[in-house]
Amino acid sequence: MTQVLDHPAALKAPVSPAERTARRKALLEWIAVHALGVAAALFFVLPFVFVFLTSLMSDSQALSRDLIPHTWEWGNYRKVFDTPGFLTWWRNTLLYAGAGTVLTVVSSVPVAYALAKFRFRGRNLSLMLVISMMMLPPQVIIIPMYLFWAKQLDLSGTLWPLIIPMAFGDAFSIFLLRQFLTTIPNEYLDAAKVDGCGDLRTLVRVVLPMAKPGIAAVALFQFFYAWNDYFGPQIYASENPAAWTLSYGLESFKGARHTDWNLTMAATVLVMAPVILVFFFAQKAFVEGVTLTGVKG
Amino acid sequence: MTTVTLASKRRRAALRTLAFMSPWLIGFAVFFAYPLISTVYFSFMHYDGFNPPTWSGAKNWTYVFENYPLFWPALRNTLWLVVIMVALRVLFGLGIGLLITKIKTGTGVFRTLFYLPYLAPPVAATMAFAFLLNPGTGPVNSLLEKAGIPAPGWFNDPTWSKPALTLLALWGIGDLMVIFMAALLDVPTEQYEAAELDGASPWQRFRYVTLPNISPIVMFAVVTGVIQTMQYYTQPLIAGKVASGVIQGAGTMFEPGYPDKSTLTLPQLVYNLGFQRFDYGSACVVALVLFVLSMAFTSLLMRRRGGLMQAGD
Repeated sequence: MTQVLDHPAALKAPVSPAERTARRKALLEWIAVHALGVAAALFFVLPFVFVFLTSLMSDSQALSRDLIPHTWEWGNYRKVFDTPGFLTWWRNTLLYAGAGTVLTVVSSVPVAYALAKFRFRGRNLSLMLVISMMMLPPQVIIIPMYLFWAKQLDLSGTLWPLIIPMAFGDAFSIFLLRQFLTTIPNEYLDAAKVDGCGDLRTLVRVVLPMAKPGIAAVALFQFFYAWNDYFGPQIYASENPAAWTLSYGLESFKGARHTDWNLTMAATVLVMAPVILVFFFAQKAFVEGVTLTGVKG
Repeated sequence: MTTVTLASKRRRAALRTLAFMSPWLIGFAVFFAYPLISTVYFSFMHYDGFNPPTWSGAKNWTYVFENYPLFWPALRNTLWLVVIMVALRVLFGLGIGLLITKIKTGTGVFRTLFYLPYLAPPVAATMAFAFLLNPGTGPVNSLLEKAGIPAPGWFNDPTWSKPALTLLALWGIGDLMVIFMAALLDVPTEQYEAAELDGASPWQRFRYVTLPNISPIVMFAVVTGVIQTMQYYTQPLIAGKVASGVIQGAGTMFEPGYPDKSTLTLPQLVYNLGFQRFDYGSACVVALVLFVLSMAFTSLLMRRRGGLMQAGD
């Protein structure tokens, strides 16, 4: 269809009635599909727009039914930053997400590599257990885990119970990386071996450079997992506000300022914004990751 | 001589595997196997976290199933979400996936817009929806009333709270859209051409060409959707908290599943029993119910899609 539209000259050429109806049908379909697309886009975008507009309203207007701010109160964002604790939550979230991501990648890569490329007894069983772990709701094991961290190690009220486990391989990351590494042809590994590379060197020198997109996807997913995590901080950090993360603090923000929808929405924007910003820089890795977990394999 | 080198070679290979697998092996033992066994152990103990645990036999089990007023409502809600929310998510995800493969102008922009909500942190997204759908001043009800449509109470009305959660879940459809889109683009075009030559209508083409080709992905989406629903925690909790206007730390106890237990899910019960009532034993009973349900669906996933493990073999 676009071809026809791109070349107006083609329209002047005599066309048979059958071709004309075909063209008309294609045009109607084009219009219908794009109208639906715009409607869907509104459904996905309007919530962001309303949240953003409300974040710029005055206190009193946020409680009214108006949709557009009368005065644009950019100062709301400053007020959010001035809220006690908000900057601490940022720092904690960056720490949890940053350290967690590095530890996850470092500990998951060798496991994924072994599952993808080594032949050993129990490999399928291990993979099945990894998948089971991935599917397990965190609440299933939270009671013993909490008692372990809080009562035995006395680490509740800190971020350690959230960060330390990341050093021991994350099931989802292992699975995703393993899916990615299986797509790397064995010939490369054999060639490295012929050249006298040991396993570790093959992994670091040959496989890792090729696995960059997979590692990027895992790192992003892990970063956002920590950024978004509510349950973990609620269990381990809730008793100590100095250890709260953004996701956990955001909810309490609503409580502390329970009628101020404008400030609450400004805080909401501030929690969403980094995620969306990072996405714009790393779209490909994201989409690749989602596809790898769902389609490949 | 050769047998010795073979044996040592094999031992070296085993050691190498062990070395590479070790982070996960430790993780599996400490963060999976040990707590799982402990959960079973604690489910038969009375333990409040202060006094030493004492054997209580099946008491926690009978308490959860017979006397704990939140268990059956939570299970019913989970079932509702498993059937209706998962079904709508798969249908909508497929619809959006189809739409995006048909859009020929500005595909990248549309795809990004459809995908973005999936990235919104659950707490932030739920807070946003609690505001958007708030019956008094929320923009959605303002618009509905302007259009003359009776406005529902959403998160404040037990009949509308789960539909409101479903709406939130549909908003975050981006992951399914990507998966379906990839699957739809993988359908061989020759099959469509052949069907067209045979005079198949668009619906027939969808029914007899598209659907059979993507059915493994549909199955994958259903089962992972069910497993995700077993973990559904943050959104219903935050929605209930925000809608009920509870103020954190002000001594007000949050009513679980507000309004009227309608947003209660099984994971919330583990929290309620363990961390609000300090009845760790009963919390472990609910945790085990959750475990059995999740593993049942997981094994279904691995069986139906044996594929999950096939790549590279």
